[in-house]
Amino acid sequence: MMGFYFAQLLTGLANASSLFLIASGLSIIFGVTRVVNFAHGSLYMLGAYIAYSLVTTLPGVFGFWTGVILAAVATAFIGAAIEILILRRIYHSPELFQLVATFGVVLIVQDAALAIWGSEDLLGPRAPLLDRAVRIFGEPIPEYDLALIVIGPVVLGLIWLLFQRTRWGILVRAATQDREMVGALGVNQHVLFTSTFMVGSFLAGLGGALQVPRESVNLLMDLNIIGQAFVVVVIGGMGSVTGAFVAAVIISVANAFGVLVWPQISLILPFLVMAVVLIVRPYGLFGTPASAHGASVPEAPLRAMPPAGIAVAAIVAVGAALLPLADDGFLLVLGIDLLVAMLFAASLHLLMGVGGMVSFGHAAYFGLGAYAAALAVKSLGLPMLPAMLLGPVAAAFGAMVFGWFCVRLSGVYLAMLTLAAAQILWGITFQWQSVTGGDDGILGVWPARWASDRAVYFYIALALCGAGLLIIRRIAHSPFGYVLRGGRDSALRAEAIGIDLKAHQWLGFILAGALAGVAGSVFVFSKGSVFPDTLAIGHSVDGLIMVLLGGVQSLLGPLFGAAAFVLIEDWVMRLDHWRAIFGVIILAIVLLAPDGIAGGVGRLLTLLRLRRPA
Amino acid sequence: MLEVTALNTFYGGAHILRDVTLAVGPHEVLALLGRNGAGKSTTMRSVMGLVRPRSGRVTFAGADMTGAAPYKACRAGLGYVPEDRRVFRELTVAENLEVGRREARPDAPSWSVDQLFGLFPNLAERRGTAAGRLSGGEQQMLTIARTLMGNPRLILLDEPSEGISPLIVEQMAQVIGEMKSRGLAVMVSEQNLHFARLVADRAVIIEKGEVRFEGTFAALDAAPEIARETLAL
Repeated sequence: MMGFYFAQLLTGLANASSLFLIASGLSIIFGVTRVVNFAHGSLYMLGAYIAYSLVTTLPGVFGFWTGVILAAVATAFIGAAIEILILRRIYHSPELFQLVATFGVVLIVQDAALAIWGSEDLLGPRAPLLDRAVRIFGEPIPEYDLALIVIGPVVLGLIWLLFQRTRWGILVRAATQDREMVGALGVNQHVLFTSTFMVGSFLAGLGGALQVPRESVNLLMDLNIIGQAFVVVVIGGMGSVTGAFVAAVIISVANAFGVLVWPQISLILPFLVMAVVLIVRPYGLFGTPASAHGASVPEAPLRAMPPAGIAVAAIVAVGAALLPLADDGFLLVLGIDLLVAMLFAASLHLLMGVGGMVSFGHAAYFGLGAYAAALAVKSLGLPMLPAMLLGPVAAAFGAMVFGWFCVRLSGVYLAMLTLAAAQILWGITFQWQSVTGGDDGILGVWPARWASDRAVYFYIALALCGAGLLIIRRIAHSPFGYVLRGGRDSALRAEAIGIDLKAHQWLGFILAGALAGVAGSVFVFSKGSVFPDTLAIGHSVDGLIMVLLGGVQSLLGPLFGAAAFVLIEDWVMRLDHWRAIFGVIILAIVLLAPDGIAGGVGRLLTLLRLRRPA
Repeated sequence: MLEVTALNTFYGGAHILRDVTLAVGPHEVLALLGRNGAGKSTTMRSVMGLVRPRSGRVTFAGADMTGAAPYKACRAGLGYVPEDRRVFRELTVAENLEVGRREARPDAPSWSVDQLFGLFPNLAERRGTAAGRLSGGEQQMLTIARTLMGNPRLILLDEPSEGISPLIVEQMAQVIGEMKSRGLAVMVSEQNLHFARLVADRAVIIEKGEVRFEGTFAALDAAPEIARETLAL
């Protein structure tokens, strides 16, 4: 028995090594550049694919390890290309831009990997000379696992030497604390940032390459690892390599024993550990307060809508109401999708644009609304309207529980905790098969008979989503909205004048969650089904893209953004390589219109006015 | 050696510098005087490229430096010591100096770590200590030493005497004297006329972003109302 537990411990430590490699790279990159690199999982995946191609070509022990190192080096150069072509242009943008831009890279890399290596899972060869198991306390332990257990601390030691004993390392540590000052002392930041990104990418590539003998190489590796890597970085403290190592060991060992108690725990355990750590130590085990925030730009005040705007809004509303007269098929379906997306995006904007709380997991509340409404119909046998009411109630309850923890943090840490919350809920819907149907979802959630006509349901959607949008507008311009915006611009000053900011933010979180829940319950009856991916990272990022597309600084922004997103998605999804095309579109928008569609149109108008001879 | 011509700098919509023009000659110590918020720091940050001026020109040793990246300004021979003691808190004293180290240049005095430890004996004793654990005065000394490691031709000192003890202020005056005697040009910003008089050859007074006075201390003494209006509290 003793031997069995020891074997579990060793497995956990072996897993920790590769998790540490990818997380340390992520952490180093964040420390210096303040970029939350979503594409880090893609670099890990590329490292694995490239290593697969190399080790299946190069013979022998020498060939294997050469292949692993070359794969990591190749990944480093891919990372450099990403940094130079994309990130360098948006270092001064809010973290949301960087996140969305790197998500664009994720999509492009997925399609590139699919095109090069195909969709089959690839099984790499075992590592030569390390392809057997040794018995420790009577339990067979793969030799390769033992090698990994050694490699992790060795790499940690090398990184430590690099950071403590070389001029480059000293410059990197200085830049982590005060980038501007390093520049004023004559250091070219471009070179420093690119080289940092290369080191981080090398580590991700190495982590991926070392996994080749252990597990199959596939197209899901990127997003599977990135959530865990985020968690490790946050637990360890953003920017701390030692922290990443300790956190990787904690997570992996806890996982190795956790699965003995409950096999499915691996999906949510990391996020539970993270939630606990962040509540006790809000900046992670080895983090410092200064490392919490990315770049920030002052927000312009919201303006009241001019009469012309109200007239346009009224015309749009009437036009929407007349839509069923024009078409009763495809356009109505698209119209409902649009309404749902608009409310989802606007509720996220309420949270991040008005409240200053960037959420990487807003889809959780959309999904809660959708699942609650579906379960109310399927399990409780409620009619449609009460079921639709239960959606936002459940979402509000979820937002109340998770929001209480989230509002205690700010900046990147808050965003990470929202991501963790969403992953926990996703894990539950995915695993709790008897209630949620697991991966198969809940099917046959159709509107009541009286609302089964598409035009009728369109009006229901229009009424609910329109009301939701009006409420958001009302909140933003209410005294409560002023408090949220004041807290967003300066939490310290808001609290200094006697405002209980956390209570207000909590309420804002709950309201945003409830409104996302409305969108979710409208969504579920329009589709007739709901699956776990409504709560997944991808859907949360969709919301972020919509807000970003439209521009964060205006209440109308998310509406434009949602409309653009739904229309682009509807068009692109029919094409081959839609991921790559979508990724390129995202990048183009982030790089060319950093203030979104609303801002871009505004700038275009100013430009035209200026060009016109006076 | 440094010429600033009609510089206008904005922070967002706020117009901070209005047509600021000044010059620092070789081997000269210029005091940039003014109250809090007058635009002294912004002038230095504009020269250094840390903020981009909207109009005007900065030339240094004959080359146009307007809006150049800070690292280029530094490599051209401009040294910058910020006002709020921005040491790298988690790095040791020796590591802070290493960040500032650059190759010696033929046209400027060069400084070695040992020379700087001679100039700042307190730092020598604490070379292995994290900079964040130094006293305020020691941190100020460290930021100056760190900039000198880059062997500048001209050094911009932003309020070096602010918030440190009188004893260290005296030491600071000696350090500025040492820089001058080694052939370095200095632009030092100050609110304190006495300190400025102690170290500088010439003064420029700036108020609400505009240059109000430019000349010797003798000229300033001849018109006492200027100092009263622009510097007195």
